[in-house]
Amino acid sequence: MRISIPKLSLVVLIGPSGSGKSTFARTHFLPTEVLSSDACRGMVADDPNDQAATNDAFDVLHFVAAKRLALGRLTAIDATNVQPEARAPLVALARKYHCLPVAVVLNLPEDVCQERNRGRADRAFGPHVVRNQRSQLRRSLKGLKREGFRHIFVLDSVEAIEAAVIERVPLWNDRTHEAGPFDIIGDVHGCADELEQLLERLGYGKVAATGHEPGWSNVGYAHPEGRKAVFVGDLVDRGPRVLDVLSIVRNMVTLGSALCVPGNHDMKLLKKLNGRDVQITHGLAETLAEIDALPADVRPAFTKSLAGFLDGLVSHYVLDGGKLVVAHAGLKAEMQGRGSGKVRDFALYGETTGETDEFGLPVRHNWAAEYRGAATVVYGHTPVPEPDWLNRTVNIDTGCVFGGKLTALRWPEREFVSVPAARTYCEPARPFLPEAAQAPPLTAQQVYDDLLDAEDVLGKRIVTTRLRGSVTVRAAHATAALEVMSRFAADPRWLIYLPPTMSPSETTAEPGLLEHPAEAFAYYRSQGAPQVICEEKHMGSRAVVTVCRDERAAGERFGVTGGEIGIVTTRTGRRFFNDADRERQFLDRVRAAVTAADLWTSLGTTWVCLDCELMPWSAKAQELLKAQYAAVGSAGRAALPRVVASLASAGARLRDGDKEKLEAVAARMERREQGVQKFVDAYRQYCWPVNSLTDLKLAPFHLLASEGKVHTDKAHLWHLDTLADVCRADPDLLVATAHKVVDVTDPAAVAEGIAWWTELTGRGGEGMVVKPLDFLLRGKRGLAQPAVKCRGREYLRIIYGPDYTADENLSRLRSRGLAHKRSLALGEFALGVEGLERFVRREPLRRVHECVFGVLALESEPVDPRL
Amino acid sequence: MLLTISTDHRPAADLGYLLHKHPDKFQSFDLSFGTAHVFYPEVGDHRCAACLLLDVDAVGLVRGRNPDQDFLLAQYVNDRPYVASSFLSVAIAQVFGSALQGRCTTRPELVGTPIPLVARLDVLPVRGGEAFLRAVFEPLGYEVEAVRHPLDERFPEWGEGPYFSVTVRHTVPLSTLLSHLYVLVPVFDARKHYFVGEDEVGKLLAKGEGWLASHPAKDEIVRRYLGNRPSLYRMALGRLVDEGDPLGDESPVQERAEESLEKPISLNDQRLGSVLAAVRASGARRVLDLGCGEGKLVREFLKDRQFDEIVGLDVSVRSLEAAARRLKLERLPDAQANRVKLIHGSLMYRDKRLEGFDAAAVVEVVEHLDPPRLAAFERVLFECARPRTIVLTTPNREYNVTWETLPAGKFRHPDHRFEWSRPEFQTWATGLAARFGYAVRFLPVGPEHPEYGPPTQMAIFDRNA
Repeated sequence: MRISIPKLSLVVLIGPSGSGKSTFARTHFLPTEVLSSDACRGMVADDPNDQAATNDAFDVLHFVAAKRLALGRLTAIDATNVQPEARAPLVALARKYHCLPVAVVLNLPEDVCQERNRGRADRAFGPHVVRNQRSQLRRSLKGLKREGFRHIFVLDSVEAIEAAVIERVPLWNDRTHEAGPFDIIGDVHGCADELEQLLERLGYGKVAATGHEPGWSNVGYAHPEGRKAVFVGDLVDRGPRVLDVLSIVRNMVTLGSALCVPGNHDMKLLKKLNGRDVQITHGLAETLAEIDALPADVRPAFTKSLAGFLDGLVSHYVLDGGKLVVAHAGLKAEMQGRGSGKVRDFALYGETTGETDEFGLPVRHNWAAEYRGAATVVYGHTPVPEPDWLNRTVNIDTGCVFGGKLTALRWPEREFVSVPAARTYCEPARPFLPEAAQAPPLTAQQVYDDLLDAEDVLGKRIVTTRLRGSVTVRAAHATAALEVMSRFAADPRWLIYLPPTMSPSETTAEPGLLEHPAEAFAYYRSQGAPQVICEEKHMGSRAVVTVCRDERAAGERFGVTGGEIGIVTTRTGRRFFNDADRERQFLDRVRAAVTAADLWTSLGTTWVCLDCELMPWSAKAQELLKAQYAAVGSAGRAALPRVVASLASAGARLRDGDKEKLEAVAARMERREQGVQKFVDAYRQYCWPVNSLTDLKLAPFHLLASEGKVHTDKAHLWHLDTLADVCRADPDLLVATAHKVVDVTDPAAVAEGIAWWTELTGRGGEGMVVKPLDFLLRGKRGLAQPAVKCRGREYLRIIYGPDYTADENLSRLRSRGLAHKRSLALGEFALGVEGLERFVRREPLRRVHECVFGVLALESEPVDPRL
Repeated sequence: MLLTISTDHRPAADLGYLLHKHPDKFQSFDLSFGTAHVFYPEVGDHRCAACLLLDVDAVGLVRGRNPDQDFLLAQYVNDRPYVASSFLSVAIAQVFGSALQGRCTTRPELVGTPIPLVARLDVLPVRGGEAFLRAVFEPLGYEVEAVRHPLDERFPEWGEGPYFSVTVRHTVPLSTLLSHLYVLVPVFDARKHYFVGEDEVGKLLAKGEGWLASHPAKDEIVRRYLGNRPSLYRMALGRLVDEGDPLGDESPVQERAEESLEKPISLNDQRLGSVLAAVRASGARRVLDLGCGEGKLVREFLKDRQFDEIVGLDVSVRSLEAAARRLKLERLPDAQANRVKLIHGSLMYRDKRLEGFDAAAVVEVVEHLDPPRLAAFERVLFECARPRTIVLTTPNREYNVTWETLPAGKFRHPDHRFEWSRPEFQTWATGLAARFGYAVRFLPVGPEHPEYGPPTQMAIFDRNA
């Protein structure tokens, strides 16, 4: 017997003990597909035959079955299942997960079962057990269909069981192998004029269908490049040329140039054609009038043929490798690619809340707002003025029959093509076109994005990034990030990027130093990069500046309506400026500079996002400076001279060994006195009072993103040159970043690079950042560090203390592990870029926020803060 | 870093005997945090000066053995090497142990004799400034001289630093001076204590015997010495009561600014009471405490059987842990424990777990939200969670002028992002109610001032049917 079952089904084996269920299951299913009650008994009670553990064992079995079905995995249940009450929860499970329950009955003669059990030591129950099971099975056979099994296969003999072949067939809706390209067309409702125009606009040409049938026209369309139209349903009712529309669509489906899913109107018509009693409302009358106008001799054959066509429509399609789903009223993620009455109902009607609105129409539950699926869902059903993306769903019913337009979505191009309605064919019960004046300033996605959901950030999260695959955010770190994000961070709509942490170069063995450019150069050489770019490292505070051309652009692109034009945020997503006026003045200056450099035109954008350093350090780190750096300097400079003087006095008194001991300590204290002075000199470099705007200096070094583009495909020189143009426009506020390209395979060039660093740090500079020439470098083991910092000897006093250069200190400080820091740096870099890419692709805010949140969460990982 | 003890007692060289350290030697002692050196810069008949120099190993402190060190100690950039701190106390006990305990075999008669002593500390970090310095030393009879050092003379706008070069003079036995220094030096910057454990209490009591119990600043000294640990503080204070004059009830631990303002009018109790009354009046059975903090209101809810399901939410995990401890959640009987749940979450994010409740209390929360983020809070609570009743309190800014200790224009709490006047609050709340379909009424909380109104304002929102 050939047993055809849907690819995703719940196979319930039914048969008494000894009927060979386990053997059958082993033969036809993967071991992981089989859930056996005996195995579950073993799992909970260490004994597969412990009948006392039956209830607990079935709890486990049902739980695992539910998980498997939720994940779309075929599951076979190996248990006797001879009683209806044993089968009922399984049927319910299958329903819950919208898959089909299949019964496979192993109905062997009693003596065969008894004989098999006699041969097994663990089946020492009496013969009455099998007898009972057999009789329960026999009584069950008739009722299986009524219980809800959609496919029932009864195998009556050992031979039949041995000969059985199981064939797994895909569901009708499974068209994942079809990759298109597609043109998905919204609700037509008998608007054949507009449909013809639209098809032509999309490049389809008229093709005559073969085989004329009475009542049908032979007009069909096909695309010369093999594109395929996909109709979202509601072909009929309300409009002027219903039968022409039906003909075109049916002919295209027959020609293979279109797919069509049914709409609720189409199904209601089908009911009517099948002789059921339906209300002649909502435009059905127009369809019936057209049918009635057909010649009487044609009509019966036509209606039969039409009913056949409509009946053959599949509730929804899953296309293009699972990336695209088309359903009339949309479809939740857990229903896609599955078949059940509930799935069909959802696809046809959507979900309603049970309420009605002021026009007496049912209020629809906004399933799209909760949609979290990976597939894009294209649907129609409810007319909207403009197609509007929300969470990877889009409604393309633009109300053609109500005087709107007929819209197609080109896939995978994601472009809309529309044809306006020639006229209003039908007055809608609820006005769907907004007053021009009321046109919403925000898209549906932006309105929805006003709020983010805790579920999208809490707990352990695995974020998929283009650059580095999955990045894991641990629950504990998400917890810390939630607090910081909630209490301190700026409006998430502005937060499209947080900068990653940066690792220092490997620790050097050069005397008196912890870091030196040679290690940074060697690192990139080892990653296969012949050239690097060294950039001056400014010592201020990291700042991300996002600025828009105007308030309108800020509204359109970021969904903010408060009249802001941008934001300056810190590396943890806080607003840099507490004073809104100061921030606005600052942003106005940056915007003016961007305008002067004409980036709006050259990048074709209305906004830019810049990665910068904002100086002086004291502007943001005032409290830290006072509490820690200045304090240490003050204490050291007050105490050490006194120490040195006291030692000198005592030194004059002591002699021999004591004098020698004292002198060693005195020399050490004198070095420390110099050390603390150098320490104070070091931090002073980065402090100056800020009384006016131009006391601030902004040094942009990455032009991260602009409309449609994340500029990780450009080399660093492009970033620096482009930004240098911007800086030239406002030299009082903006500072271009000095840089130098070094060929790390040329010792002379390396020496020059080192000299450049020595000179830079000798002048009190913090140091330099070494990056590969290209923004992204793939090394031997994947993504290489995007940048490595190499800090100066004096600067590092701020990090490692005034006396760090003393030999006894350096020798201990040199043992520092970089591995964790580097892995964090890469994870955060990948997340940062991913967030920008998602923003640029106009993904929902939660998808951008997930990345930004992830960077913040990784930043809360404990790692040596001095690295 | 440097303690210089000098005397003009005659013969001044007696100081060497008292300290058990030979004036013509340079002696070094290894200690857990570095090295201590003892030497005499001046030895004469008229004057003798001894130095105790601490060479604290800052790198060793960070890389050291003790992983539970205070965060600030774990910085390489650390003032510990330069200041007089608890390290100095440790050094006094270890290097001058005999002198501290008043033992001197060669000059036993000197031990109990008051001699004119001068102690100079370079440098002492003083939280509380010169006034506190004097308040600590002067009641013990010391003459105090202090020179304060600027944070950085290049940046006068940064102000003075906490560091003083301090000289104290008194005629006392050396052991008394050392005991005073041993106890008092760490008190000036209680911030960075090394070890605070129960044995510290014993040490304090031993070294403070005879003088600490009657010191007018003893509360402050004890609290700071014990690093602001309330339980240790109470333990020590309790034992002190036996020795000195009777103390009253447990004095409160160091309070936060807002609490200390509000304490005299017991505003917190009145606020909880009013909120509880409003929630009770709504007939709610399932209640939320949004921003539950350490769970004071949750505890009140728990006491009332009217409430079947109580959920406390807070954005701070530390607060929730404290709440769980205070409520003794782990030890509550199941029937009680099943009624209450503490969850970590944020009012900036829509949260399904908050849906379907009868009432929500939002006590002193909104003023901690940045104004641009209020809109998110409003939607999360009024549109998504949408409880039938919402009881919300916030400070009334107008009332602030009645607190003399609160500078004009300052908020009650450093984390407050704003404080509203009554009209501001009522405008906001009324608009909110209209927008989301609630009716709102306002009630005062705390003593009403005829002009400025109550210290806390409360709005009660009821969802329209």
